[in-house]
Amino acid sequence: MNLYHYASPSTFYPLAGKLIPWFAALAFILTVVGLYIGFFVAPTDFQQGEGYRIIFIHVPAAWMSMFIYVVMAFWSAIGLAWNTRLSFVMARALAPTGAMFTFVALWTGALWGKPMWGAWWVWDARLTSELILLFLYVGVMALQAAIDDPRRADRAGALLNLVGVINVPIIYFSVTWWNTLHQGSSVSLTRAPSMAQTMLWGMLIMALAAWMYTIAVALSRARTLVLERERQTEWVRAQLEGQP
Amino acid sequence: MLSANGLACERGERLLFRNLGFELGRGEALLVVGGNGRGKTSLLRILCGLSAPAAGVVRWRGDPLGKAHEQYGREMAYLGHANGIKDDLTPMENLRIAAALNGRELDAGTATAALERVGLSRCMDFPARVLSFGQRRRVALAGLMTAGALLWILDEPLTGLDVEGVAMVERMIRDHVVAGGLAIMTTHQPLVLDGLTPKTLSVGE
Amino acid sequence: MLKFLFTVIRRDVLLAARRRGDWLTAQFFFVMVVSMFPLGIGPEPSMLRTIGPGVVWVAALLASLLSLDRLFADDYRDGTLEQMLMSPSPIALLTLGKAIAHWIINGIPLLLIAPLLGIQFNLPAEALWMLVLSLAIGTPILSLLGSIGAALTLGLRGGGALVTLLIMPLYVPALIFGAGAVEGVLSGTGSEAHLSLLGAFLMMSLLLAPWVSAMALKVSVE
Repeated sequence: MNLYHYASPSTFYPLAGKLIPWFAALAFILTVVGLYIGFFVAPTDFQQGEGYRIIFIHVPAAWMSMFIYVVMAFWSAIGLAWNTRLSFVMARALAPTGAMFTFVALWTGALWGKPMWGAWWVWDARLTSELILLFLYVGVMALQAAIDDPRRADRAGALLNLVGVINVPIIYFSVTWWNTLHQGSSVSLTRAPSMAQTMLWGMLIMALAAWMYTIAVALSRARTLVLERERQTEWVRAQLEGQP
Repeated sequence: MLSANGLACERGERLLFRNLGFELGRGEALLVVGGNGRGKTSLLRILCGLSAPAAGVVRWRGDPLGKAHEQYGREMAYLGHANGIKDDLTPMENLRIAAALNGRELDAGTATAALERVGLSRCMDFPARVLSFGQRRRVALAGLMTAGALLWILDEPLTGLDVEGVAMVERMIRDHVVAGGLAIMTTHQPLVLDGLTPKTLSVGE
Repeated sequence: MLKFLFTVIRRDVLLAARRRGDWLTAQFFFVMVVSMFPLGIGPEPSMLRTIGPGVVWVAALLASLLSLDRLFADDYRDGTLEQMLMSPSPIALLTLGKAIAHWIINGIPLLLIAPLLGIQFNLPAEALWMLVLSLAIGTPILSLLGSIGAALTLGLRGGGALVTLLIMPLYVPALIFGAGAVEGVLSGTGSEAHLSLLGAFLMMSLLLAPWVSAMALKVSVE
């Protein structure tokens, strides 16, 4: 198998086009199943009542928010090392989805925090780290938006991603440390009740759905980016004439 | 000594030139010609090692520029659109700091001589801020002379100079090349290097 | 090698000395930001003592960011940056030298002013010492990490605000360990751990930041 073959934009474009509907369909089905389990099958929690059900969205979103950042850094590193344009495109296509999941995680966290802690926001270590992660996403997107030359935007964004990914563990550690020193009214998230089997299933399925969604959205965004950047080339012209 | 092979350059999505190549040896000059926006400056920046070509390779003494960074830095001098001098420093300080950054000691006597040669003997103690555009260009030219480089890369060296200044630059380039140096330049003005015909390279037709 | 580093530092310090107006602006910015907090919060001494370390540290972050966007921009505009990039020495030494110069010009004055501001916030003597010590270890980190942001945003529209956006999140550990060290003194829990972590973060920035900002400079100048 020749990886370079798939890394060429003219192969990637139609291939991604074929794959997107499948991932989108999977994302949809898994979301429906996951939500069904989450809202109708999973038992009511005896401590937190019905409100806990938001974790079926919150936890997968939080996982994805961190995971996508690492994947972005991975593509950035590949792009910088081997100068493959498609890697930069992938890194760039992932950023908005990552930021979206981070925002969703924060928002659902706040919704969950209200009944649990009696406050929309507490400076819990995880919430705080998540907030800083959102800042990192915003930084990368702002930098790339500010640079007109796509080549420079790719590279600058990639460097920032790498610096960010080295810093994320340090930031997380420092925030946890800071939080333990300032233990005030904090209710620890880790004291989550032992989870019923069905709850776990619901969460895993939702996480898988988030995966599929991310792949579908990132691929379609990458497709647009590829088309825009390669608009001078023959295959794009042929492509555009083929589908008027 | 300097060779370029299959160079290509893109700006944004526009291809400026491709498959450009040349060889330049001791005692030779190269004049890069082409209209505005054809990529002359981009080519010179690639030759300096400031930007990477989209394709192709530049070699100095047989080594690709990326590998020859240290040696190339010592043996090449570049004069770009910007003069590369600090407005807050005097011409003398500018020359001496630039030399120190290149790893050379430049004594006051040599620097003074160079500044006198470019006709700045009366402005040596003023900050460059108060000098005129042409005078600042002359400071940069004095820096070129004191750089002791083998290869000169000059982007529009004649801009902002008066008639006498143009003659001076022409003399400088000629002397440098006759003494065995290499020169690459672009210019929109006629350049007379008497007794010397530079090679020409046309960019982006 | 070292000679090049020293030349870069000497050059930047000399240039700053010729432009004292710009330099004073950053220092007064620091003083003013810190002085605004009691006005906004109220003059209650125990409250001020609690927030003091954090306020001084946050103001130090802001003051360092204020001067950072010009770290490479001035040299970029007049072409001296290109000349320096073409010098025989490694570019990482250039960025390291620039960061050190930035610290000498903007970081050291903060160390000298900080105790005075600490007094305004009612900090006891030991806490003042710790404030200076933590800033002494922490402000080089700000200059080093900041040089990455300055290199990435070189020549962009709205570079100043953008640097803040990119670099502020990366400053979080320095802020936490630095302000935490002072607070450790105030609360009597000790500050050795904070200081060692801050020192470790400084070492890491010292090793990595010059390389990254050298790469960023190459990308930006291209």
